[in-house]
Amino acid sequence: MRSAGTSPGRMFGQMKRNWGLYLLLLPAVVLTLLFAYKPMYGILIAFKDYSPALGIADSPWAGFKYFEKFFNSYQFSNTIKNTLIISLYSLVTFPIPVMLALMVNQMRPNRFRRFFQTVSYMPHFISTVVMVGLMMILLSPSTGLVGNLYSLFGKEAPDLMGSAGLFSSVYVWSDVWQHVGWDSIIFIAALSAVDPSLYEAATVDGASRWHKIRYIDIPMLMPTAVTLLILRVGGLLGVGFEKVYLMQNDLNSTSSEILSTYVYKIGLLSSQYSFSSAINLFNTVINFILLIIVNQISKKMSENSLW
Amino acid sequence: MGILTPAVKENAGKIKNNRSSDTVMEYVMYAIAVVFLVILMYPLYFIVIASFSDPSAVAGGQVWLFPKGFTLDGYKELLKHQNIWIGYRNTILYTVVGTIIGLAVNISAAYALSRKDLAGRKFLSLFFIFTMFFNGGLIPTFLTIRDLHMYDTFLVMVLPFSVGVYNIIVARTFFQTSIPGDLWEAAQIDGCGNLRYFAQVVLPLSKAIIAVLGLWIAVGHWNSYFNALIYLKNPDLHPLQLILRNILITNQMQSGMGTGEAAQIALRLANMMRYSVIIVATVPIMCVYPFVQKYFNQGVMIGSVKE
Repeated sequence: MRSAGTSPGRMFGQMKRNWGLYLLLLPAVVLTLLFAYKPMYGILIAFKDYSPALGIADSPWAGFKYFEKFFNSYQFSNTIKNTLIISLYSLVTFPIPVMLALMVNQMRPNRFRRFFQTVSYMPHFISTVVMVGLMMILLSPSTGLVGNLYSLFGKEAPDLMGSAGLFSSVYVWSDVWQHVGWDSIIFIAALSAVDPSLYEAATVDGASRWHKIRYIDIPMLMPTAVTLLILRVGGLLGVGFEKVYLMQNDLNSTSSEILSTYVYKIGLLSSQYSFSSAINLFNTVINFILLIIVNQISKKMSENSLW
Repeated sequence: MGILTPAVKENAGKIKNNRSSDTVMEYVMYAIAVVFLVILMYPLYFIVIASFSDPSAVAGGQVWLFPKGFTLDGYKELLKHQNIWIGYRNTILYTVVGTIIGLAVNISAAYALSRKDLAGRKFLSLFFIFTMFFNGGLIPTFLTIRDLHMYDTFLVMVLPFSVGVYNIIVARTFFQTSIPGDLWEAAQIDGCGNLRYFAQVVLPLSKAIIAVLGLWIAVGHWNSYFNALIYLKNPDLHPLQLILRNILITNQMQSGMGTGEAAQIALRLANMMRYSVIIVATVPIMCVYPFVQKYFNQGVMIGSVKE
């Protein structure tokens, strides 16, 4: 690394020699400039009264008007609360794929294990649209599986998809169902890197399976788990749009309006471009700050960090 | 046995005890695994048998383990809906073209970034990674796309969002760990340039990462509806997922309110199709996975969090 950029002349020579590498980078750089960096300039409209006729540069400044508008609206606390509830709830389920990986790792490498793994990945390939459609079918209180199960016992089923109180539970647990197998792959891969002689030595020392999990497997997974956890916390206010938007209906709207769906509705459905951008920017900045804080904490406590 | 130390002899008793507790643990573990399999598989199995069953039997809760009143009406109904097949064609086109573009852009950028002798490597990495955590947001990106005249075009579905920073990081780590540096030195002596080396030496050695990224990108294209929702207006360009959304979700929500005869007929047709449409939309992408599966546990994914 050090030798690469010490003198400008050498660096230039190296660039000239490696022109082919820059050519390989060119498409990705151009696309990133156009579709990731150019829109960043457009963030300016959050501080302006944007009018399409005038364009971004010539629209009049509005200062923090739209941020104040958001902070003073009743949707401010509501959307933030809903977003946080869903993401904190998801965070609590973070250990489940880890536990699944520990379990799979204990299975003997045979047909059953392969079958188990393949089946556990399958739901991951279901699209969000199909997944929410599936939930509406299966969780319907009148005709779905849940409805039928309840009626077997002569009880009335709750309307899971149409309940504000249960919205976050339905969202999070259906996510666990869909992605737990897939999310465990990375931990299974980490476990497969454990040196088998560690297990042999542990056996000789009289360690039980449980001891091996506790003192070999779990410490082995920590760096991977911490890195993924940091990324998750950094996305605390970034609950995805796709699934929540599809799950929204009039019955659960009080707890299903989150920041990203609100940004979409204000921006594209009611064309308040500046207002929508202000909410979006607020969201991005908070996420960015959270990521830096969590990364800093993790650096101090465990020497794991993203940078 | 003479070489065993006293400590090992003492442990021998412990090992025996652990054996029996290990066996109990193994039974418990496989029991949990079987329950887990049922929870994962049954909803999928139910959709399959429901798609071959008489809709009224499904709605009445008579379908549990086997199809009831076997019929192919659901599938026949699908054939009549032309927009589903237009959507299907569009999705296949977006997936194929989008995956080719995505692979080309990300793999070549990742390779260049994996080379230690690339001057400005650190800056270029940061240039990409920054966009993971900070972006212009919905409206500025939308305005950028519109200004570039890409709104409501085929291109918007395959090009602008093809750079995946996460994909680049995973592939970069793969190149760093599995392509030996000596190869490049040897190739240079033979007078081989960067581009030829990349095409003729690196790519043939990188089937695993190409397969894994290809699957990720393809699944993403097949399953996403967000970009289509935001950037497409013309129904002839709509991908399958957007059409599924109308059949599975929007129709179902309106069904509670519509009372007219037309609404009733529409609802009956939608109910008939909703199982078969799920099968038809999901099975193709699930079939891709087994071909790629062998690459997944090879530690390709672990690369993503190691660096």
